[in-house]
Amino acid sequence: MTDSTAEKLSVPPGAPRDQSRPDALFKWLTAACSLVVIVIMAGILFELVRNSGMAFREFGFSFLTTDSWNPILSDFGAASSVYGTLVSTGIAMIIAVPLSIIIAIYFVEVAHPKVSRLIGGAVELLAAIPSIIYGMWGLFVFAALMQTHVQPFLGTHLGALPLFQGPPMGIGMLTAGLILALMVLPFITAVTRDVLMMVPPVLKESAYGVGSTMWETVRFVSLKYGRRGIVGAVFLGFGRALGETMAVTFVIGNSHRISASLFSAGNTIASSLANEFNEASEPIYLSSLFALALVLFGITLAFQTMAHHWVARMQRLEGGDR
Amino acid sequence: MRPRSRAQRRAADAAIRVAMVPAALIGIAVLAWILGEVIARGVGALTPTFFTELPTPPGMEGGGLGNAIVGTLLMTLLAALMGTPVGLLAGVFLAEFGPSSRIATTVRFTTNLLMGTPSIIIGIFVYSVLVLPLGHFSGWAGAVALAILILPVVMRTTEDMLNLVPDELRESGLALGAPRWKVTLGIIFRAARSGLVTGVLLAVARVSGETAPLLFTALNSFYWPGSLSRPTANLTVTIFNYAMSPYSDWQEKAWGASLLITVSVLVVAVLARFVIKDGRERA
Repeated sequence: MTDSTAEKLSVPPGAPRDQSRPDALFKWLTAACSLVVIVIMAGILFELVRNSGMAFREFGFSFLTTDSWNPILSDFGAASSVYGTLVSTGIAMIIAVPLSIIIAIYFVEVAHPKVSRLIGGAVELLAAIPSIIYGMWGLFVFAALMQTHVQPFLGTHLGALPLFQGPPMGIGMLTAGLILALMVLPFITAVTRDVLMMVPPVLKESAYGVGSTMWETVRFVSLKYGRRGIVGAVFLGFGRALGETMAVTFVIGNSHRISASLFSAGNTIASSLANEFNEASEPIYLSSLFALALVLFGITLAFQTMAHHWVARMQRLEGGDR
Repeated sequence: MRPRSRAQRRAADAAIRVAMVPAALIGIAVLAWILGEVIARGVGALTPTFFTELPTPPGMEGGGLGNAIVGTLLMTLLAALMGTPVGLLAGVFLAEFGPSSRIATTVRFTTNLLMGTPSIIIGIFVYSVLVLPLGHFSGWAGAVALAILILPVVMRTTEDMLNLVPDELRESGLALGAPRWKVTLGIIFRAARSGLVTGVLLAVARVSGETAPLLFTALNSFYWPGSLSRPTANLTVTIFNYAMSPYSDWQEKAWGASLLITVSVLVVAVLARFVIKDGRERA
């Protein structure tokens, strides 16, 4: 905190014992501990690059653009996995973001404070439920509902779109996206709720005072005030959905084919890794999976760095401490 | 803002209010449905032998997942023992020694990146540094993977909690002639205790339900975890294997294990909140 004064103060003049040595030791110890994260991150990057070298030498840049995935012919490409990762995450965000923001607004602005505290706390707890539980539920409960009701319904009413064609199998890209949406929903809701509760009452009262309705107050005052926090929450949810493994692996169907229909089976990078990593017997197969992992790592890093700079820029543009 | 008539503005407000209730209800109802389903399907599997016996082959009556429960507890405990001290000290560095120095900024940014790294990538990393070179899956590798997941979370909460401690406390400690390390560990840590405990508890609870980092490190096993140098049974990978199997009795066990994990994680999360509340009331 007050670094310079504190350091000077820690060696008072005429002290009976020189304390600077144990203190320096302590400082270096904590510094070493904090460097562990940098070593780990560098180690992850190094190991992924090293182990995926064979695949990139073999397939070159086309690894990213071909969608063949054939362990028998030892021909591998990442396109279908990248496509599935982005599409399932996209579905999840399209549904989860508006829904969780609306739910958060409801808790903060409309619901009775007691209800808000009780259910709001419950939602926060739900964000702690392990993702494998969502996967189990998705496979045994939700997939059946999708097969018997949701997919036939979409097929008959929106079947003209290529998105909703094909046999209702229950599992597939759409189901995976919906499960992901449910998984990030409590998370984004909880953070947005916290952000909205931090809006100073004076600001909201001023808006109501000049005759704004509840919706106008939320839209032009609360959401604007908490914009940075909410954007941060959305980014975090996005990052989680991108790399989520268990919730997806159960329900996506694991097929390395790109299909226009959201009903058909697909795969994500994470689900392919979970399913195939322990079975990869050929070195080139294993190396291709490492290359997939490197692609996922690269996507999440690029995405987070972008988010970081974007939020920082918003902060600079808006000025002040908000 | 475009000018609108009063009726229009009122209508927009009413429409939002009407749309909110079903949105909130759907969200809550589905989440309640998930919990309800886990309880309904899992409760039948939780017999006394579930906790004490080894798994049986599919189709055979009885048996349990005692080995997986012990394995998960062991690996989570080890991960907490490895990840927590390092995380606490690293958090001290970020909060106490030059919070805006370049090194601290870099560490903070890297910590965020590590927190956002998919857990399956951590699993693959540990596979390539601990499993490939040694030639076998092991409980140690699983614990290390979990520790890597605990570390950034503990670092961030520690930094946040230490920042909440007023500077006057630090200054009074130093003014008495106490060395910096004593002030930090004896005074600041004590002041921030409830927050630190909560942070660690939540990190450990979250990690205990992780599956992806264990798939390629601890693997799974049908035996008691006699040595952590071998593949080690654990609940989450067991859920994955059993749920994907075609045997209904294995699937039932998977539901039982799901219920057990969910309840444990929720209990720890609720406990952690009580710790915070308790600390705030005393402060």
